[in-house]
Amino acid sequence: MRIYLKFDFNTICKTVIQEQLNAMGMDYTIHGVGEVEFRRKPTQDEEQRMEDMLGNYGIEIMDDHQIALVQRVKDTVTEWILDEELPKRYNFSTYLSDKLNYTYTYLSSIFSEATYSSIENFVILKKIDIAKTFIGQNNLTLTEIAYKLNYSSVAHLSAQFKKTTGLTPSSFQKIIKKRKERSLTKE
Amino acid sequence: MPLHTLNIALADDDEDDRMLFKEAIDEIKIKTKLSLFNNGEELMEHLSLPGVVLPQIVFLDLNMPIKNGMQCLHEIRNTPCLKELLVAIYSTSSSEADIEETFINGANIYINKPNSFGALKKAIDKVLQLNWQYHTSALNRDNFLLRI
Repeated sequence: MRIYLKFDFNTICKTVIQEQLNAMGMDYTIHGVGEVEFRRKPTQDEEQRMEDMLGNYGIEIMDDHQIALVQRVKDTVTEWILDEELPKRYNFSTYLSDKLNYTYTYLSSIFSEATYSSIENFVILKKIDIAKTFIGQNNLTLTEIAYKLNYSSVAHLSAQFKKTTGLTPSSFQKIIKKRKERSLTKE
Repeated sequence: MPLHTLNIALADDDEDDRMLFKEAIDEIKIKTKLSLFNNGEELMEHLSLPGVVLPQIVFLDLNMPIKNGMQCLHEIRNTPCLKELLVAIYSTSSSEADIEETFINGANIYINKPNSFGALKKAIDKVLQLNWQYHTSALNRDNFLLRI
């Protein structure tokens, strides 16, 4: 004998999610398809368990976690660069993995996957971005900027600047200055 | 801000150059959606359509008939809703004066048209990677200058 089935996927998914989350004793609301809101933030353990249990049904927790983590990496990079003391005391990868409580290898792979670029590259980009702001403000010498951003020498800063932007710090400064003059005369 | 696809526009009057650019961009692993225009006029008309999805980055050839790259750049920088667009100038000219002038006029990126497909791909890849960062990180866009 054969019987014929028709599925309503929305109901199936909703029921599976409800069963699993109820079994874990979570307090939640399901919003439409694919979004669950929790009354309180699930702990890392709970998140892991949900990932495993729902994973059995082919339900994947989307990469919001990934996006959030990438953001935290970026914030930590910025904090690290702007602090004059931190870089002298810790090595960056140790600081980052201690602070975010993940291994550096894990963070690196999540970061590269989400941004198409490495954490190391982002550190350089961010440092040069801050150097550009300083150069544009015009009140620090390149030597002072190099010191502030923990470069071993001006030469090192200049080389990294050139490599990242294709311009030397002085031609960058000249362009920004002329741009400002021009927008002033226009207004 | 999550970003899934980079929208890119290219205005270039040379058909071969447009095709090469498209081929190069297709081989890059960053997800992109490319719109092609035969000259500056077509591009600017497209950008001013009501409800248009603006590209994250515009590549402009400098020498084009009807409306050249520099004119487009001027218009973009003087149009309130387009002002924030990232603009890459894509040209065969390597004169220092030309390059400086485009930057002062508000270009973010200057690319010398590379003479091999590999170099073109590498240049576009670098530009897109940086763009991705500029769109998803707190980096200062006013200072975004890149010369390749």
